[in-house]
Amino acid sequence: MQKTYQPFTAEMKAAGYTILVPNMLPMHFRLLLRIFGHYGYNMELLTSTGPQISETGLKYVHNDTCYPAILVIGQFLHAIQSGKYDPHKVALMLFQTGGGCRASNYISLLRKALEKAGYGYIPVISFSFAGIEKHSGFRLTPIMIYHMLYAVLYADLLMSLVNQVRPYEVRAGESEELAEAWTNRLADELAVAKGPQGRRARRNIAAILMDFARVPRRQETRLKVGVVGEIYVKYSPLGNNNLEAFLLGEGAEVVVPGLLDFCMYSVYSVSRTRKIDMRWLLSHFNGLAYRYLRGKQAMLIRLMREHGAFDPPTPFDHTVSLTRGVIGLGVKMGEGWLLTAEMLELYEKGVHNIVCTQPFGCLPNHICGKGMMKPIKDRHPDINIVAIDYDAGATRVNQVNRLKLMLSNARMNQREAAPAQSA
Amino acid sequence: MEKTQEQPVRSLGIDIGSTTVKLALMEGGKILYERYERHYSQARQKIVEMLSDLEPLTADGLLRAAVSGSAGIGLAEAAGLPFQQEVFVVGELVRTLAPDTNVVVELGGEDAKIIFFDRLTGGMDERMNGSCAGGTGAFIDQMATLLDVDVSELDRLSLHSTRIYPIASRCGVFAKTDIQPLLNQGARKEDVAMSIFQAIVNQTIAGLAQGRKIEGRVLFLGGPLYYCQGLRQRFRETLRLTEENAMFPEWGRFAVARGAAMFATRAPEAFTLSQLREKLATAKVVSGAQTLPPLFADEAEYAAFAGRHARASVPRADLETYRGGAYLGIDCGSTTTKLALISENKELLYTYYASNNGDPVEIVRRELGEIYRRTQGRVQILGSAVTGYGEDLIRHAFHVDIGVVETIAHFMAARHFCPDVDFILDIGGQDIKCFRIRNGTIDGIMLNEACSSGCGSFIETFAKSMNMDVRSFARRGLFARAPVNLGSRCTVFMNSSVKQAQRDGATVEDISAGLSVSVVKNAVYKVIRAGSAEELGSNIVVQGGTFHNDAILRAFERELGRDVIRPDIAGLMGAYGAALRAMRLKKSTILPPADLAKFSHASRPAVCKGCENRCKLTINTFADGGRFVSGNRCERGAGGKKGEEELPNLYKFKRETLLKMEGGEAKRGRIGLPLALGMYELLPLWSGIFRALGFEVTLSGMSDRGTYEAGQFTIPSDTACYPAKIMHGHVARLLEKGVDAVFYPCLTQNFDEGDTDNHFNCPVVAYYSELLRGNMPELTEDNFLYPHLDICDEKGLAANLGAALSRRFGRIPAREMRAAVKKGMADYHAYMASVRQKGEEALAWARAHNTRVMVLAGRPYHIDAEIGHGIDQLATSLGFVVVSEDSVYHLAKTPEVHVLNQWTYHARLYRAAAFVAAQPDVEFVQLVSFGCGVDAITTDEARAILERAGKYYTQIKIDEIANLGAVKIRLRSLLGALEMK
Repeated sequence: MQKTYQPFTAEMKAAGYTILVPNMLPMHFRLLLRIFGHYGYNMELLTSTGPQISETGLKYVHNDTCYPAILVIGQFLHAIQSGKYDPHKVALMLFQTGGGCRASNYISLLRKALEKAGYGYIPVISFSFAGIEKHSGFRLTPIMIYHMLYAVLYADLLMSLVNQVRPYEVRAGESEELAEAWTNRLADELAVAKGPQGRRARRNIAAILMDFARVPRRQETRLKVGVVGEIYVKYSPLGNNNLEAFLLGEGAEVVVPGLLDFCMYSVYSVSRTRKIDMRWLLSHFNGLAYRYLRGKQAMLIRLMREHGAFDPPTPFDHTVSLTRGVIGLGVKMGEGWLLTAEMLELYEKGVHNIVCTQPFGCLPNHICGKGMMKPIKDRHPDINIVAIDYDAGATRVNQVNRLKLMLSNARMNQREAAPAQSA
Repeated sequence: MEKTQEQPVRSLGIDIGSTTVKLALMEGGKILYERYERHYSQARQKIVEMLSDLEPLTADGLLRAAVSGSAGIGLAEAAGLPFQQEVFVVGELVRTLAPDTNVVVELGGEDAKIIFFDRLTGGMDERMNGSCAGGTGAFIDQMATLLDVDVSELDRLSLHSTRIYPIASRCGVFAKTDIQPLLNQGARKEDVAMSIFQAIVNQTIAGLAQGRKIEGRVLFLGGPLYYCQGLRQRFRETLRLTEENAMFPEWGRFAVARGAAMFATRAPEAFTLSQLREKLATAKVVSGAQTLPPLFADEAEYAAFAGRHARASVPRADLETYRGGAYLGIDCGSTTTKLALISENKELLYTYYASNNGDPVEIVRRELGEIYRRTQGRVQILGSAVTGYGEDLIRHAFHVDIGVVETIAHFMAARHFCPDVDFILDIGGQDIKCFRIRNGTIDGIMLNEACSSGCGSFIETFAKSMNMDVRSFARRGLFARAPVNLGSRCTVFMNSSVKQAQRDGATVEDISAGLSVSVVKNAVYKVIRAGSAEELGSNIVVQGGTFHNDAILRAFERELGRDVIRPDIAGLMGAYGAALRAMRLKKSTILPPADLAKFSHASRPAVCKGCENRCKLTINTFADGGRFVSGNRCERGAGGKKGEEELPNLYKFKRETLLKMEGGEAKRGRIGLPLALGMYELLPLWSGIFRALGFEVTLSGMSDRGTYEAGQFTIPSDTACYPAKIMHGHVARLLEKGVDAVFYPCLTQNFDEGDTDNHFNCPVVAYYSELLRGNMPELTEDNFLYPHLDICDEKGLAANLGAALSRRFGRIPAREMRAAVKKGMADYHAYMASVRQKGEEALAWARAHNTRVMVLAGRPYHIDAEIGHGIDQLATSLGFVVVSEDSVYHLAKTPEVHVLNQWTYHARLYRAAAFVAAQPDVEFVQLVSFGCGVDAITTDEARAILERAGKYYTQIKIDEIANLGAVKIRLRSLLGALEMK
């Protein structure tokens, strides 16, 4: 059986342990951390970058492990070894999804790495809605989860609006400043929120949309490039060598599906069995959770449609339906069928240029990323997908060269699609 | 082409590849100038120099220029010139120049590309190789260095080949692992040369075709395809192209430059030649390289370091005056051959160390002759021993008394040198070996795997590519001010990091030092897997030719944070250890001077017909009539031990049992089951169900190399594991056999065998069918069934499988379905029980016959002849009774593991390891397929379980690599270590 682990105890929480959290999605995580802060958790987001992160990771993690594990664990150990924290008053938190992918083992690998580095006593908190582990000092209450859901909803919206506005803004940096201001405001609000949030959320969303619509923008057509892939390298600039910044620099508008999709995928894909047992119960719980999330997404979509200035997310039920005939919904390890669905969804939205990101040697992506490109191309011959592998040893120039190929094709397709406009 | 009103402006295309620069100057459609040059990583200087050629052609006229090529991105940006991606450029050029082309195959220095043209829509589908691929120009260069010829000579050799050896094509490092032993075993260079080209072809197809057939008119472009006739021939034959359809245009190597010139006509600005030259010469390229601290602060620090290491020396005696007995040790390594002759007092009399230039036999003949000539009968060789990759060949050729496995030879030498040694690290040309020593015996052995062979030969090849010998290259690194960080995943990745660093302006010094640090990091973090120096103990001996490089020695001490001992004969330790071992002997059988004078050696290829492995043999014959056969996996090919009783082998039992599970009456239809991945586990279940339902079951059979090749066109992800990639061939073969439908279900979970956190399949085993369906064009809804099923829920299984089958074969009554599932389950459990029973029988047999037992722990599919490369047979030929992990796991409880124990196959692995840990006479060897992400997690655990109990852990990483040389060394090392205990 699995070795016992050092739990995060109530005493540790009371003693004000600093809980370190690796960065993946800055806006999302900042909102989430503020909620935790309200409940007495002293959390800190690690924003460190640079080559030392992966160097440290390679030192303590089996080098054939996936790149996100090397980065996340490297970032933790780098922080602990930096001397900035008292190692006896620090805890680490990692997200754990469970499932047949290697990713469910990140937490074990982190504990092994800590032990190897001589910090076996540092507690690691598993953050999972499924409650895979028990920590007396860490408890997700329904009310917290409720507020976190709104945090994800808000952050998804802000991320999508920044992506839609930033390439066109007249004054550089304006949309990000706006998102920053809203993140702070929403964080303050969620930290002390009480009671149902629905009405307030509708008001906030409407106000956010208005604010972003007011940002002066240039009228021009830009290439739209979608980014999909393994969740960490898709979102984390540390994981993908600042992919978004690169694409922006090449004059593209970046389209990245939100985190809510992944949450919905996670609850959607729990299998339904015929036996009435724990799994049956779980599947029913997930069914409820799914319907609830779908309701929230529907609210967001409705408000965005009514407002009219920005592209709303695709209703998840529709995203699911796009997989028909391409990949089975039983493929549920890692990003599973969602990855395939997102590529199809982007195409349908008119985003024909797609970067599919994955850690080098990512097992699920052999199937649902690289393995699905041909069937997707068979369906949509004009889709322009490039697969990029990220790894501690992969050179940036090779990544850039492949991205440039995708962009060249994108520009050519754009020219051919609109011959009348060329001078 | 449309005419412009303005004066014609000339356009210049600059193609900066990873190894070469190409220029093309055009006017209208006319080529005024073209040139192709190697740039030795000094691309900018080269271009500026080449631009001078253009002076007479351009005078004061204006030029429009565009840059292309992977190495041109930074320079183009810095110089403010337009950049065009090279594949895109070629696509456009071909559409203009050769519009009837269907496919373009372009090989460059580091990249391979394929472009498919859709003539109907005018669309293009472009692919570039992934990060893990080596079938390119740089790879040819490396292989030529390995054969000690230049590229044109390699090509000439290839045209005289008579046979092709299977060579791993996944990447350069793997290919090398196959080629080196071939050379050492005496394979003809001509054949090896052609095999290298075939490997490139396979790599290109497997990595890039991704489900599209390369057919119609194919245009081959790029330098390597322009220069290498042998490569052209391999492409033509493999793709079955006619002369007209395989086009190798004269302008092939200039395609990107010409394409760039074509784009340059649309460049916004035009310049005079001198303006352009100025722009390129002064452009400031921003360096993205990460630097490391210098190895030595100053000369004084180095002097102290050198002085400390100079004290570690071996006593010597003078060969010219010595009289008496002597012992000869020969270390015939992967790239170098070493000899050491020692006196009866263990003093060194004569040493030799040099590259074997692909012909070790000749070197040993020459050196042995030299010893005889210089000693003139004063010295009698009383014993001789040989070690290393070429052990068997040299032993047979020169009648050397004994062979010593190299790990033991190195260990002997180190222990002699430093009796209280705690840890030995040996970095040779191709191998890294580490030993933990406790109480004078080997406590643990760690060897590198193919994919971490950042060793000596890498630095040597690299130095050669810089036109330098390895010594001066290494020396230049010592005082580098800012060593570049080159990463450590593998040498292919490192190679491109080096090139990137060079483009960014790193000096040779910085690169040399950076490479040393990378080699060390690779050894420390990937092979030793050490977190701190304490784990290694206080007396650390480092050896192997690579440690003669002071930069590497320094980097190692730095990384560990402590001083280590490097014997002055670091590179000769294998030979020295062999000589020490030979001291047990009293009289030597080694060829005496008279016989040596008559010595000659010839080799010829052959194929063994002993079993289904069809090993490709090399038969060496010597002047005295002696014969040595290599390339065989078992002893049968070598012509011996046929009559002897075979040792129990569970792998063989499983193979034979599973292959019988076909047939049945085709009442409902004919179903094909691909014998690959999870089918190796669940065949009894599915076969049982289908036969009970009245289907005829056809198996795809055991894989061979041909199976892989039959499906390689449709592999979308070349970094997946070999067991997955071979699946394509199995499905293709079944369809050829004419079954109604091929069946391979998607199974998220496997059977629950209890005592674990979960019972998943790995993502690849679970869902590979989804990929097959999407990528094999011949598959349809009708001929390929891959329902998502849950085998843990019998009722659900019957219902869901029934539904899937009914859609294709007509309604199957639920009752019948349930009965069939019951039958299948019974068959499965009976099979698993028989495996367990056989396992126990084998253990009992071994104990009754006092034979060693090996738990060859892998996945169910590792019993396949092609995937497992017959390692089980190799193990039995070495005297092990072989049992599988699933035949013994029931004999132990699940041990404590530090990770989620959530995969069925791996849970068995842990239990099998726990079983071995409790048995004094059973050894554990784990088979790991390259690319198996899950095993990155399980291997550390399995090792920990065994080492806690004081047992050895041996890992064998396998892929397409056909040569078993490295495997043999691992298994023999294990045996050697056991014998010394």
